Amino acid sequence: MSHYTTTGLDNRKIALWTFIGSECMLFGSLISTYLVYKGRSLVGPFPHQPWTDPATGQTYPAILDIPITTASAFVLLMSSVAMVLAYEAVKHRHDPKVTFWDKVFGNSKLWLSVTIILGAGFLGFQSFEFTAFYHEGLTLQRNLFGSSFFLLTGFHGAHVTLGVLWLMSLLATDIKRGLGPKDAGTVDLAALYWHFVDVVWILIFTLVYLIE
Amino acid sequence: MAHDHAHDHGHGEAAHGKPKTTLYLITAVVLTIITAVEVWIFFIPAIKESAAFIPILLVLSAIKFAAVVMLYMHLKFDSKLFTQLFVGPLIIAGGTMIALLALFGQLSK
Repeated sequence: MSHYTTTGLDNRKIALWTFIGSECMLFGSLISTYLVYKGRSLVGPFPHQPWTDPATGQTYPAILDIPITTASAFVLLMSSVAMVLAYEAVKHRHDPKVTFWDKVFGNSKLWLSVTIILGAGFLGFQSFEFTAFYHEGLTLQRNLFGSSFFLLTGFHGAHVTLGVLWLMSLLATDIKRGLGPKDAGTVDLAALYWHFVDVVWILIFTLVYLIE
Repeated sequence: MAHDHAHDHGHGEAAHGKPKTTLYLITAVVLTIITAVEVWIFFIPAIKESAAFIPILLVLSAIKFAAVVMLYMHLKFDSKLFTQLFVGPLIIAGGTMIALLALFGQLSK
């Protein structure tokens, strides 16, 4: 249940924005750690360059796969679009729906489901990436790149997982009794969290994957 | 005094306002185009090896970041307090990041 504070704002929303502010500092520290250790690994695999182990002669390819990560970044970006459409659909549940597109965009179950599927799809991409990296010799203990990379992206993946669970609970409520304008504040909280997870990935995609 | 409310007063788009579907869809197209440009320049050696590569990527990334935060997270339409709660820690995080990179000599590379 939400309450108005003396600021005239929803107390839950103030709390969530404060939480998001603290998350900014958490991810800021994780990204900083990755960047500080960038290029300081003594042994491969490396993110953008192949490496041959002088002891064994084994060659490790450049580990990051930009086309795959581009696809996963696009999937997460589109999940944000679906989320904001879900929020709009809940908020305007009782508006008259005349055209076909009014009905499509006014279907909160559809957009919540799309958001969940895309979020789960992103996690699938991440699982695939982590598994591929492991088979190519990159582990959490292998080098500084492995430690800082898995820590950063793993933390982000955990946030996405939490977001998917949150959205699934909203979808269950929507199916059970239908979400309407009175629930818009509740959906807004989940949406804010989800968009934050998306903007963190926007930064990670550029700073970790694209900048060598 | 406590009340159960669906919306806070500071929300610029009240329940009775019109849906912003078109704005959100246009933003999605812009975000997609920017992402495509980011990846495209990554695969163009002439741009990738130039000094402008990193600044271009950072600017494009900042535009995407700002678009999502201002429009999808509706900070543009919402109470200034939320902006302060977000931007304050963001500045601290950014400052810490720059300080650490400078301290460990990563900015001079």
